[in-house]
Amino acid sequence: MEVGQMQGRLVDYTKSLFMEGFLDGQFLQLQQLQDESNPDFVVEVVSLFFDDSEKLLNDLTMALDQPNVDFKKVDAHVHQLKGSSSSIGAQRVKNGCIAFRNFCEEQNIEACLRCLQQVKQEYYLVKNKLEALFRLEQQIVAAGGSIPMMEMGF
Amino acid sequence: MESCYCIEPQWPADELLMKYQYISDFFIALAYFSIPLELIYFVKKSAVFPYRWVLVQFGAFIVLCGATHLINLWTFTVHSRTVAIVMTTAKVLTAAVSCATALMLVHIIPDLLSVQTRELFLKNKAAELDREMGLIRTQEETGRHVRMLTHEIRSTLDRHTILQTTLVELGRTLALEECALWMPTRTGLELQLSYTLHQQNPVGYTVPIHLPVINQVFSSSHAVKISPNCPVARLRPAGKYVPGEVVAVRVPLLHLSNFQINDWPELSTKRYALMVLMLPADSARQWHVYELELVEVVADQVAVALSHAAILEESMRARELLMEQNVALDLARREAETAIRARNDFLAVMNHEMRTPMHVIIALSSLLQETELTPEQRLMVETILKSSNLLATLINDVLDLSSLEDGSLQLELETFNLYAVFREVLNLIEPVASVKRLHVSLNLAPDLPEYAIGDEKRLMQTILNVVSNAVKFSMEGSISITAFVAKSESLRDSRAPEFYPVPSDNHFYLRVQVKDSGSGISPQDIHKLFTKFAQTQSTATRNSGGSGLGLAICKRFVNLMEGHIWIESEGLGKGCTAIFIVKLGIPGCLNESKLPIMPRMSTTIHSQIAFPGLKVLVMDENGVSRMVTKGLLVHLGCDVTMVSSSDECLRVVSHEHKVVLIDVCVPGIDGYETAMRIHEKFTKHHERPLIVALTGNTDKVINENCMKVGMDGIVLKPVSLDKMRSVLSDLLEHQVLFEAI
Repeated sequence: MEVGQMQGRLVDYTKSLFMEGFLDGQFLQLQQLQDESNPDFVVEVVSLFFDDSEKLLNDLTMALDQPNVDFKKVDAHVHQLKGSSSSIGAQRVKNGCIAFRNFCEEQNIEACLRCLQQVKQEYYLVKNKLEALFRLEQQIVAAGGSIPMMEMGF
Repeated sequence: MESCYCIEPQWPADELLMKYQYISDFFIALAYFSIPLELIYFVKKSAVFPYRWVLVQFGAFIVLCGATHLINLWTFTVHSRTVAIVMTTAKVLTAAVSCATALMLVHIIPDLLSVQTRELFLKNKAAELDREMGLIRTQEETGRHVRMLTHEIRSTLDRHTILQTTLVELGRTLALEECALWMPTRTGLELQLSYTLHQQNPVGYTVPIHLPVINQVFSSSHAVKISPNCPVARLRPAGKYVPGEVVAVRVPLLHLSNFQINDWPELSTKRYALMVLMLPADSARQWHVYELELVEVVADQVAVALSHAAILEESMRARELLMEQNVALDLARREAETAIRARNDFLAVMNHEMRTPMHVIIALSSLLQETELTPEQRLMVETILKSSNLLATLINDVLDLSSLEDGSLQLELETFNLYAVFREVLNLIEPVASVKRLHVSLNLAPDLPEYAIGDEKRLMQTILNVVSNAVKFSMEGSISITAFVAKSESLRDSRAPEFYPVPSDNHFYLRVQVKDSGSGISPQDIHKLFTKFAQTQSTATRNSGGSGLGLAICKRFVNLMEGHIWIESEGLGKGCTAIFIVKLGIPGCLNESKLPIMPRMSTTIHSQIAFPGLKVLVMDENGVSRMVTKGLLVHLGCDVTMVSSSDECLRVVSHEHKVVLIDVCVPGIDGYETAMRIHEKFTKHHERPLIVALTGNTDKVINENCMKVGMDGIVLKPVSLDKMRSVLSDLLEHQVLFEAI
C-alpha cells in the first residue's frame, strides 16, 4: 500500500476515534508533545497507561470480590484509573470511572460490579483501537512516510 | 539357873555372864540413845532432807529400843512391879514403832535408791558439760589463734612477711616441730620449697608436682594427714627419732583474673601451694580435729592475703607505668607546643621581614610608573608592579594561612575581565617559560563570558600558581592552558563525589585545564600535592625552592569559590594535567544571551524557547499523568524532576527548583501538607520555589485550601501545552497565579 493511502487511512481512523468518543482532546496534546527529541512519547505514555490500567482493573476485581468490600480502596483505585485515562484522553474510560466513583460513595456493590464490567469493556475497546492505531503508524514509518499531524480543528 | 524373883538374889555363880550382859545392855542403850542424837545433829546441819518423818520414826524406834535395853538393866535384879509395867510398855511401844518403821522403810528405800541413780546421772551430766566446756574453750582458743594469725597475716601486704608470719604463728600456736611451704614453680610442674620455719633445709629444693600424695592433698579442701616419709614431708634430717604426724593442706593461689565481677573466684585455678606441718617427733601427740580445722582456715586466709598482695603489686606496677607514660606524654605535648609556637613566630617574623621590602618595591614601582617612561619601560614597570602585588598577596596569604584554615577568609567579589586575567597570567609566565624554552598556549572557549563576578586576585593567583607549577616541573615541551564553561556532564568528577555542581542562571562554572609535558607525578603522590609543606620525592630532588604552600592555598581558594581542583597524571615522565573548576557569577540579568546552553534543546511547533533550564519539581502519584506532565514541561524546555510521594518531594526540593507542581486531588497524599512543609523548609522568601496545585476539579473549597496553605497558583487538569506555557510565564512574571482554566 502506498504511504499516502496509509496516511489517509490513519487520519480517518483517528477522526473516527474522536467521533466515537474513544479519545478526546487530551490525546491530541500528547501527540503535540511528540517531536524529534521525543519520537516515541505517545507510545510510551500509552503503554504505561495500559500497564497501569491492567493492574488497577485486577486490583478492583479482587477488591470487589472480597466478602467485606473496602470501598475506600476501591475508590482509590478508581480515582487512579480516572486520572490515568484522563491524562491520555481515554474519554469513555474516564466517564466510566466517574460513574463508578459515584456508586462507590453510595457503597452500592451491585452497581459497582456493573460499573467495573463496563469500565473493563471500555478499556479493552480503547486498547484495541489504540493498538490498531499504532500498528498503522508503524506501517507508515516502515514504509518511509511520516505521521501526519492532527489538526486541532475540533 | 533361873533366877527367882521373890528372894533378893545374891550374886550367883554365873554373875560374870550377868555382868557382861549388864555392860552390853548399857552400851547398847548408850548407842541407841546417841544415834538419834547424831541423826538430829546431822539433819539439822543438812538443812534439806526430805525424810524427816522417817527419821523421827527411826529416832523413836531407836530411843524406845534404847529405853528397853536400859530398863532391862533393872530387871536383872529383883524389881518392883512398876518397873515391870514400864518395861512392858516400853517393849510394846518399841514393837509398834519398829513395825511401823519396817513398813515405812519398804516405801522409803526405793526412793533412797533412786536418789542414788539421780545423783549418778547428774554426775555424768556434769562430766559431759565439763567435756563440752573443754571443747568450747579449745575452740575459742583456736578461734583466737586464727584471729590473731589472720591479723598478723593481714597486717602486711608483703608476700614474704605474710608467709613467714604464717609459718611462725602456726608453729607457735600448734607447737609444731616444722612447718614448710611449697610453692609451684613458673613452669607449674614442680613444687619448690620456699619457706620453712626453722631454715634448716636448703631452700630451693624441688619436688615434682604430680606425686599421688600431692594430688591427694590438692584435690581436697581439707587438711590431709600424709606419711612422714613422702618427699614433701622429709623436712628434717633423718634421725633416730620417730617422726611426728604430718599434715598437709593446699593453699589456693588466686590471681586477679580469677575474680570476675560478679562471681567469687572459681577454684578452677588449679594453682596451689602446699603447706606441710609436722608435729614434734617422739611425742605421742596426734592431730586433733580442731587443729586440722585451724590449719584449713589459716590456709584459706593465707591464700586471700597472698592474692591481695599480688593485686597490690600489680596495681602499683600499673600505676608506675601510667605515671611514666603520663610524664612522657606531657613532655611530648610541651615539645609540640613549643614547635608550633616557634613555627608561628618564625612565620610572623619572616613575613614581616618580607613585607617591608615588598612594600618598598611596590611603592617605588608605582612612583616610577608616574614618571616619564618609554613604552617598553612602562611595560616592564607594570610587570614588576603586578608581580610584586601578587607576591604581596602571597605573603599576606601565608600569614593568613591560619585564617584560611579557619574559613574566616572571605572572597572579594567584583566584576572583572576574565580574558584579561588569562592574558596577564600568560604575560607573567612568558619570560620564565621562554628561558626554559617552553611553549605556552592559551585556548579560551568562545562561549566563555568576557566578564565575570568573582575574586580576581585570588583567581589569578590560582591560575598563576598552577601554570607556574607546570612550567617549573617541565624541562621541555609545551604547556597548554584551556579554559571553557563547564557543562553538566563534565562538571561531575567521579573522584569528588561530594562535588555537586548545580548550574543555575546567574552562575557558571569555569573549567581550566593546564597540561604540561613535564616529569609527571606517580599516582600515589597525587594526594600529597595538596597538603601543606609536603613535597613529593621527585620534586624535592629538583631543588625547586618552592615552599610547598602553593597548591594547598590554591585548593583552599578553589574550595572557597565552590569548586574543585585536581591533578591527573599518567605517571612519571608522562606529564600531568592540572584541572580546576570554579564558580563565577555572571554579571547582568537573566535575559542576557550569555546563558549556559542546556543540553536538551527541543524544537517546537511554536518558535519560542519558553523556559530553558527552568527547574521544575512535579509531584504526582499517578504514573501516567506524571509522565504526561513531564512531557509537557520537557517540551517547554524545563528541567523536570519527578517525585511520587510527599517525603520524596521534600527530600529532593531545593532552592534551585523554581516551580513545584503538586497534584492535590490524589487521595492518600496530602498535597496541602506538602505545600506547608515546603513553606517551612524555605524560610527565605526568595529561595522558596513557587508552588502550583494541579487539580482535577475546581471549586471554592479547593481554591480556599490552596490559598490557605500558601500555594501560588492552581491549574486545572488536563493541562494543554498552551495552558502550561501561559501558566509558567504568568507565574514567573508575577510570582503568583490564580485560576488558570
